[in-house]
Amino acid sequence: MSFPVEQIETFSVVRLQGEVDLSRSPEAREALLACLRQGQDLLVDLSAVDYIDSSGVASLVEGYQVARSQGLRFALVGVSDAALSVLRLARLDRVFPIHASLQEGMASQGGGA
Amino acid sequence: MLESAERLLELRFSARAERLQLLRRVVRDAAEQGGFAPARAQEILLAVSEACANIIQHAYGGESDGEIRLSIYRRCQGRAGLLFLLQDDAPCIDPRSVAPRDLAELRPGGLGVHFIRQIMDEVEFLECKGRGNRLLLTKYA
Repeated sequence: MSFPVEQIETFSVVRLQGEVDLSRSPEAREALLACLRQGQDLLVDLSAVDYIDSSGVASLVEGYQVARSQGLRFALVGVSDAALSVLRLARLDRVFPIHASLQEGMASQGGGA
Repeated sequence: MLESAERLLELRFSARAERLQLLRRVVRDAAEQGGFAPARAQEILLAVSEACANIIQHAYGGESDGEIRLSIYRRCQGRAGLLFLLQDDAPCIDPRSVAPRDLAELRPGGLGVHFIRQIMDEVEFLECKGRGNRLLLTKYA
């Protein structure tokens, strides 16, 4: 099962779901990088993530780095408590741009919402 | 330390990433039964799952039919807590190669060891002769 990707205005929205662990992080990574390869700004919705491990977090870090290197916008939106606690352990909660909702993310990242 | 602990259960599974989801269910239940609050149990299952992922990726060098054994013990003397003993049949790894990285350096890999060391109270590689790594994780209540 791949992760859903939606096009909203100028953003690609990747919705990570369930348990993003060693078995599923390659799919997450590919979903993020595929959007960035197409030159699209990226919002990653983590509201339905029940669990994320270091490999899942690594996919987010890589996506963030690729986006920055290409001058594309990148933000996490609707981060679930489970995901936020892991980002805090990695001290990445102050590194990634994080927004409470998709709408807020689009507005903050310069979208038309 | 293990001599004075009661073994609650032992799990044996092959070194495949898809097995980790089931493993986490068991570890969560064991931690909650061991008196840990749900948030702490969630951290414990993250640490144990990361340790298993490291065995798959680094000890076995990728997914394989190699076995991972997880034994969960309850401490019976002194401070209450749980012990998690992870064993594999892979060639010995150098414990010095398993070090957390500097978090100030933003890069994709190397976070798993940081999680394990931050969550667990004690992380100890037991003696390994040729093959069969043994990692003992302790979490006090």
